[in-house]
Amino acid sequence: MSEPILGLEAVEAALPGNAGIAALRSLAARVKWDRNELTITVAPENIVAAARAVQAAGYNFFEDCTAVDWYPSEPRFQVTYHIVSHSLKQRIRLAVMLSGDDPAVETITSVWPSANFYEREVFDLFGIHITGHPNLTRIMMPTDWKGHPLRKDYPVEGYR
Amino acid sequence: MATITPPEVLIPGIDDVIHDAQKHAKDPGGEQTMVLNMGPQHPSTHGVLRLVLEIDGETVVSLAPDIGYLHTGIEKTCEAKFYQQIVPLTDRIDYLSPMSNELCYVLAVEKLLQLEIPDRAQTLRVLMNELTRIQSHLVWLGTHAMDIGALTVFLYCFREREEILRIFEMLSGQRMMASYFRVGGVSMEPPLDFWPKVRKFLKIMPEKIAEYEALLSGNPIWISRLKGVGPLSAADAIALGVSGPPLRASGVDWDLRRDMPYSGYEKYQFKVPTSTVGDVWARYAVRMEEMYESVKICTQALDRMPEGAIVADAPKIVLPEREQMKTQMESLIHHFKIVTEGFAVPAGEVFQTIDSPRGLMGYYVVSDGTAKPLRVHMRNPSFATLQALETMCKGKLLGDVVAVIGSIDIVLGEIDR
Repeated sequence: MSEPILGLEAVEAALPGNAGIAALRSLAARVKWDRNELTITVAPENIVAAARAVQAAGYNFFEDCTAVDWYPSEPRFQVTYHIVSHSLKQRIRLAVMLSGDDPAVETITSVWPSANFYEREVFDLFGIHITGHPNLTRIMMPTDWKGHPLRKDYPVEGYR
Repeated sequence: MATITPPEVLIPGIDDVIHDAQKHAKDPGGEQTMVLNMGPQHPSTHGVLRLVLEIDGETVVSLAPDIGYLHTGIEKTCEAKFYQQIVPLTDRIDYLSPMSNELCYVLAVEKLLQLEIPDRAQTLRVLMNELTRIQSHLVWLGTHAMDIGALTVFLYCFREREEILRIFEMLSGQRMMASYFRVGGVSMEPPLDFWPKVRKFLKIMPEKIAEYEALLSGNPIWISRLKGVGPLSAADAIALGVSGPPLRASGVDWDLRRDMPYSGYEKYQFKVPTSTVGDVWARYAVRMEEMYESVKICTQALDRMPEGAIVADAPKIVLPEREQMKTQMESLIHHFKIVTEGFAVPAGEVFQTIDSPRGLMGYYVVSDGTAKPLRVHMRNPSFATLQALETMCKGKLLGDVVAVIGSIDIVLGEIDR
């Protein structure tokens, strides 16, 4: 992928008065500013700390959590979180990259309870284990369903 | 706006509800509770939503929604389609606001392409989007009133909705799944008799809304079934991801049309109705007020309707006009290539949000540089709002659950994508 990758300082200059970026200074592994959208990639073990930092910076509304399967490249899974600030009128995207074998990331339901259903969906459709989730069960597919339909190696027509 | 710290909100699973009920039942000295499978009771939950309730007499002790019966696999299907082929699929997600889904999707792809849309197409989109909001709210009001027992309003609402569907049919040949928007603009110029028809409809609509209000707002049954039922505080609403009219009814003044404008919404004058009460009545009042505002936006769109093209100047993305194809070889080639090979979209990811009739709608589109998207994710409002059902219904009566489900205006198609 060939999107512009900027330093944290350049993004801070583009978004003046944004405390959220500064709070993530120690956690951000990669910062991307593309099509007026800010993506901050953090290491999987730092996701809860990053979520807390983003929340403390005024990003109050958790909008969305989903995953992308970059099969066959490695790390294979990208879990993205979208959080918006009602006062700053800005959105931030947190992302973690997970390896293909036994992907797992910690839940952020302790920071935003609304992530509950979204993380269940990520677990159900991608097979990414959300550690510490209060109720990690299938949500869309039947409980006895085999496989995770949104993985790229799951055929469009289904197995049968 | 002060930062609101989220409270401890727990969303139980079905197993928890059943387990708790069994535990209570085994406790000889304790209160006896029972598990009740509820639904379908609302027209939009016809066999696609089950509510597992734990009830003590008529009081709801806990509640867990069981979804997934409708799982359509649209997100997976999108990955096998060209970008322009996905527009009809987005219609099918939410059959009450198809144009909002189309708008959000095409805006996301246009953001990936960094494509400028002509003013006329933008204004047409706003007009159609607000008409969609009115017709979606009409179905909500009709079915909500029917849940409570007022059947007349249902018939009245569908009468006016029919007018909007006729406008859609005139425009696109389709009543519900219009597929009118295209990446780069809209599919066709409206016919000449379209404009007087819309004007006439917008002129009578405020009277009709006043008529529904006259039927309901003073009705003692309606008042007692709605006021104080299913309260949701602002902090809980934000913590649980509630958006749109339920969020504004809880006192959070947030509307994407005004606060993060898209499609030129910053050019329109409108109020964002809010309420601080957060009960079923507040949601009813906010939506009724929204319908008046939508009529105002539509009228402004008609008044300012600029002349000009309805598609962007991007021959490799937008299909050429039929007439041009008959005379110009290049147009024929572009048409052939777009239909058979699609158009490549530069690599990247975008999250485009709009304010749909039900609330925050977002499309997360990831492109790997080819003509088919790597991932299309729809963030639809009902999915998150359903999480708040427990908080709204806990400790209330069983009959109130019916009123609350009606008030959050869920469409299951957008939950089980």
